Amino acid sequence: MQRSLKVYLVLMAIAAPVLIASAAVQPPPPSDDEVNAIAHQLYCPVCENVPLDVCPTQACAQWRATIRDKLAQGWSEAQIKDYFVEQYGERVLATPPARGLNWLVYVLPPAAFLAGAFVLYRAFRSGGQNSEPLVPTAPDADGDPYVARLEEELRRRS
Amino acid sequence: MLANLGYFSLVLTFVAALYGAGAAAYGAVRRRPALVESARHAMLLTWPLVTLASLSIIALLVGRHYEVKYVAAVTSNAMPTYLKVTALWGGQAGSLVFWSWLLSAFATAASLRRWERDREFLPWVIVVTMITLAFFISLVIFFENPFQRLWQTLDGRQVSALFQPSGTIPLFPTDGQGLNPLLRHPGMVIHPPMLYLGFVSFVIPYAFAIAALVTRRTDDRWIRITRRWTLVAWLFLSLGLILGGRWAYDVLGWGGYWGWDPVEIAAFMPWLTGTAFLHSVMIQEKRGMLKHWNMLLIILTYSLVIFGTFLTRSGVLSSVHAFAQSAIGPMFFGFIGLTFVVSVSLLMNRWGELRGENHLGSVFARESLFLLNNLLFMGILVVCFWGVLFPLISELFTGQKVTVGPPFYERATGPLWVGLLFLMGVAPLSAYGATSWRSLGRGLWKLLLLSLIVPAALYFSGVTLAGALIGYWLIGFVAIVTLVEFWRGALARHRRHAESLPLAFWRMAIRNRRRYGGYIIHLGVVLMAIGIIGIEMFQTETQGTLARGESLSLGRYTLTYESLAQFDTADGRNVARAVVQVSRDGRNLGDLYPRRDFYYASQQPMTIPGVRSSLQDDFYVLLVGWEPIAQEGATFKIYHNPAVNFVWMGGLIFIAATLLAAWPTREFDGLREAATARAVVARA
Repeated sequence: MQRSLKVYLVLMAIAAPVLIASAAVQPPPPSDDEVNAIAHQLYCPVCENVPLDVCPTQACAQWRATIRDKLAQGWSEAQIKDYFVEQYGERVLATPPARGLNWLVYVLPPAAFLAGAFVLYRAFRSGGQNSEPLVPTAPDADGDPYVARLEEELRRRS
Repeated sequence: MLANLGYFSLVLTFVAALYGAGAAAYGAVRRRPALVESARHAMLLTWPLVTLASLSIIALLVGRHYEVKYVAAVTSNAMPTYLKVTALWGGQAGSLVFWSWLLSAFATAASLRRWERDREFLPWVIVVTMITLAFFISLVIFFENPFQRLWQTLDGRQVSALFQPSGTIPLFPTDGQGLNPLLRHPGMVIHPPMLYLGFVSFVIPYAFAIAALVTRRTDDRWIRITRRWTLVAWLFLSLGLILGGRWAYDVLGWGGYWGWDPVEIAAFMPWLTGTAFLHSVMIQEKRGMLKHWNMLLIILTYSLVIFGTFLTRSGVLSSVHAFAQSAIGPMFFGFIGLTFVVSVSLLMNRWGELRGENHLGSVFARESLFLLNNLLFMGILVVCFWGVLFPLISELFTGQKVTVGPPFYERATGPLWVGLLFLMGVAPLSAYGATSWRSLGRGLWKLLLLSLIVPAALYFSGVTLAGALIGYWLIGFVAIVTLVEFWRGALARHRRHAESLPLAFWRMAIRNRRRYGGYIIHLGVVLMAIGIIGIEMFQTETQGTLARGESLSLGRYTLTYESLAQFDTADGRNVARAVVQVSRDGRNLGDLYPRRDFYYASQQPMTIPGVRSSLQDDFYVLLVGWEPIAQEGATFKIYHNPAVNFVWMGGLIFIAATLLAAWPTREFDGLREAATARAVVARA
């Protein structure tokens, strides 16, 4: 009797970590916040420009349910996003992936900005020499150039 | 009957506008003042005519004439009368008429000014405004006719046409579909007219710019004449944008006020070029420089105004197919392309005559800093334009639709906004002409150092996010510079004119409204920036499904679900309204009522948040879902939006200060009196 109890305790001692581990393998159901964190980065093809996490339509609620199922099955964020891209195309992503023609979306604005900056730089270079200060150099009554400027600007208006 | 009257007056407007444009141009070229005068009379006729057409539409809307297609589409019996009146701009056809009405009113107002000094502008202002008006009226009478009636064919199909097609009988529906529920909000009632007022008033400075180009007036006269128009246009555009943001926050139920939606961006783009224009015209007025650039900016603003009108109403840019199928899409693009090409060609033709009177001095002179400001605004514009257009381009070339969403715009424009904030602090300290780094630095370093107090204080109170610290540092810097400018100006006057400090302050601000109004606008921007950084960087959210009596916590706030009721209303809604109790740090703050309205007619849900606002933050609750039968469990999404109310406060100051800057000054009147006196002397 005592012996069998001992065996039981020993067996339990060996089994406990395994049991706990197997309980840990069964994760808690994914929370709404986890679902929304992924949904926030996705757009359904029907509701233009409304991210999935706040879209009130039935279709979007089903998409969120899909995300929840996949999370429960242990899928990672990247896998879930890939799944939606595969199913519905790249338009479900908030920004186009940078490949092919899509490179243009990222390259053009900075290129245009740099071109503008270059034009401005050229203008500064070409006009830098022959200019003189606009503010009259004659000292004001107070001798304060700031006051002179202020009065001058008031005078020059209209 | 009423519909025929309205339609007929629009046809007459179209004819009058075309005649006005043609006669004015011909009269100006052939130097026949009588013809120009006749063109002016034709223009003066357009406003009463479009008013008549608008009144007909309103009468049809209020009188429940559902046999008219537009009336059936945007009104229903359940709608109150004021919403029926405002349904004039609730749909595409009506809003095109409304746009035309504003344009004819503004053209009339512009033509009623005294023209003694610059009579040569008049014919060309008529040409530009009347061509624009004719374009919009042609859209209404040929493509988007609000007066079309509904008819039924013998095999039961519904068709719409102005006059009875053969083999049909008139249809008399007893109720309409009603306005899109999202638009039945006070914010949405005022928001479109504000935006349109802004859009349309930018047509006037553009018309004067073209007139100056055609008549080879290379001075800044056109800018001085339209200074107030531009400011008023900008005022309404800003107001429209702010109201739109507030509406989105209150009605759209996603916890924010700006989602980088193409429709928002469409209204934002002319604001960007308009803001750049407001800054750079000062350089032309003060130093006779940037003449080409100002012309280009106002041409661009005009094109973007037309583009924005097109985008905000039709939404057909969402796909290539929708665009190709809509009748007015190609029309709009054709018109924008044509006016842009003609305007720019004209500018190219006059390029040599528009040479600047001064050269750019140092990089640290105020004109250079203003140019940098313009570069940054243009950078933001390119990001916006490209982001809106790219999905179409992608679809056209690869057949693949893509989404260009908020992360793109935020990342691409973020650094540019930071640059603009910094310039807002530096530029007021700079002077025109040659300024050395040294003289600018002398004024700068103390204030820059002083403003470090802001991020330091924030850091010690627990804010560690680098981006936010930099942002708030720049905000503090701009605020200090602006306040110091006020202080120095008032002090200088106080010393010089022996006025008391408050009086000196008052007189200074009143005598130079444009300058000090501008500075107060900057202070409004500072407040808005506090709120924008607050919500962009520190917004938190959580969601949970609760049984009655259960709680959900977010930060210091706790929400407890108390009850939910579901009921039908007389105006065709099914409302699910939850009662939740909110507490902060355990202290009860009262109840909130987030709800979900379902509109039966349009089969559309609408999520109205329950919000508890304070200066510090907003606690924003959405009812996401509920168990329809038991009504025991409900899902809530809650947002914590720090500092968001600074956006609205800053917006109010921004608008009030723009009004101050645009208010007529006494010097202006004095100038007018002097001009009249001179005229009297000359006559004698």
